[in-house]
Amino acid sequence: MVMLEKWSGVVSVVNIGATKLEGGSRSKVIKIGGQATLPFLFSEGAIPYKPVVAFEVWDSAPPEWPEELVKSLADVLGDPLAWAQKCVQEFKAELICLRLQGAHPDLGNKSVEQEVKLIEQLLKKVDVPLIILGCGDDAKDNLVLPACCEAAKGECCLVGDAAQDNYKTLTAAVLADGHNIIAESPIDINIAKQLNILISDMGLPLERIVINPTIGALGYGLEYAYSIMERARLAALSGDKTVASPFICFVGQEAWRVKEAKASSKEFPAWGPEAERGVIWEAMTATALIQAGADILVMRHPKAIEKVNKYIDELIKG
Amino acid sequence: MFIIGELINGMYQNIGKAIQEKNKSIVQKCALEQLQAGADALDVNCGPASKDQVSDIQWLVESIQEVTDKPIALDSSKPKVIESGLKVTKNKAIINSTTADPEKLSILIPLAKKYNAKLIGLTISAKGIPQTKDQRLELAATIVASCAEQEFPIEELYLDPIVLPVNVAQAQMRDILESIREFKIISEPSPKTIMGLSNVSQGTSVRSLVNRTFLTMAVAYGLDGAILDPKDKDLVDAAITAELILNKQIYCDSYLDAYRKR
Repeated sequence: MVMLEKWSGVVSVVNIGATKLEGGSRSKVIKIGGQATLPFLFSEGAIPYKPVVAFEVWDSAPPEWPEELVKSLADVLGDPLAWAQKCVQEFKAELICLRLQGAHPDLGNKSVEQEVKLIEQLLKKVDVPLIILGCGDDAKDNLVLPACCEAAKGECCLVGDAAQDNYKTLTAAVLADGHNIIAESPIDINIAKQLNILISDMGLPLERIVINPTIGALGYGLEYAYSIMERARLAALSGDKTVASPFICFVGQEAWRVKEAKASSKEFPAWGPEAERGVIWEAMTATALIQAGADILVMRHPKAIEKVNKYIDELIKG
Repeated sequence: MFIIGELINGMYQNIGKAIQEKNKSIVQKCALEQLQAGADALDVNCGPASKDQVSDIQWLVESIQEVTDKPIALDSSKPKVIESGLKVTKNKAIINSTTADPEKLSILIPLAKKYNAKLIGLTISAKGIPQTKDQRLELAATIVASCAEQEFPIEELYLDPIVLPVNVAQAQMRDILESIREFKIISEPSPKTIMGLSNVSQGTSVRSLVNRTFLTMAVAYGLDGAILDPKDKDLVDAAITAELILNKQIYCDSYLDAYRKR
């Protein structure tokens, strides 16, 4: 007989996107979280929603993406509206993750007005829920993200990232305009918990926070992220609401920067063709993190995403 | 740590007076203050001033339930008073308490089952307070056996080793602490353990410090719950920190606030 664990806690449910009914213009709402047990132990507790893949779209052509990745999206890179549309129409994306990388002072320095205009246009072009990411420069993000939050008011986006030393501006904006927030911690469970408390102390309910635990790709610290996520989930299921947030994992970002994913087969003939290697690396990283409890996987290569979606569909059958 | 606030007791002047005058707001204020300070449940005892405990306990329970859904521990040595309280509790109640005497066990265990309540079992009998660890264990085993026989879930049982004042029974303190650990291995699943803490410092000149130190040590021996004054902030802070050190919650800089906000 299998011993079943009885848990007292449950992961928060976060709603991303708002339909007309909820005051937005999305065609559907993506719900994540709500697990009352560890990943895929269906006989032990409820797992109401499946993990979901978000397609990563940039506001500008990514300068350093490996060739194989660029090839898969070559016709749309540099045109974020066409890129997002392709993801939704051709690849059936349920969720788009827009990275405003071009706002970075060193990577184009796009203005607040340009990014706001992009958000407004994108909301018209695609009707799936949105994740909006800043460029990583705190000062610039603190100008761009509040303006984008306002432009997307009522659409219940997921906006990030807030970090321990820069969370107040974004939290206030997210709170004012009805969005959700990504709380980022550097593979550190103590900081993840502290940041959730700091954000909720500002009045944003814990049910509107998604944790970015920071991950490493397969072979590059994946197991550290895995153990942090597992520890947080065990605490959440034991009743600690301050770490009971769903997880977002930036899989594409990590997988495509490792040598194994991008090096050419000329350089490493024994590793096989790079046309397959990067896709496999991204998909493998994603599937391991799904087992750790990831709720949103932000990914890049359409083929890797296709594989991961199949895997999710198989798993969720129980 | 399952903290039961001890302050709603007719033995205290303000509560005794509130019972006599049927002044709800004093009781309700005391309830909310304890919960805010970190209590998970509230002990309710009519105390000596009450002329009619069977009806006063209902008044106390109903007054408290107007302001909170948290569990209430019905504290009386008289089963009639406990049953009267059980009749009006809306949420999961705690019976405080049975002894190891067969006549008590035969009334209170069925009551706990009937009302789906938790049960606190004192390792004490008509013969008096145990003087050694072995006597405590024997009484604990009697209570556990009786619960098992009557099919009461052992996880819902809290065993209390009976805490004595340190200035009266200094030689027994180690035995009391060790009992906590040994109670847990009487059965599988384990019974839980609890203690009425404040007795340890009765008559001492530094009550808060004695309470705090003893509680911290008891937590290290595996104590699951305590009946105490949650408004003693240092005491609750010490309990939270002791559990943190035992890895029962994840550290963060605001862990004390985080615990109280759960």
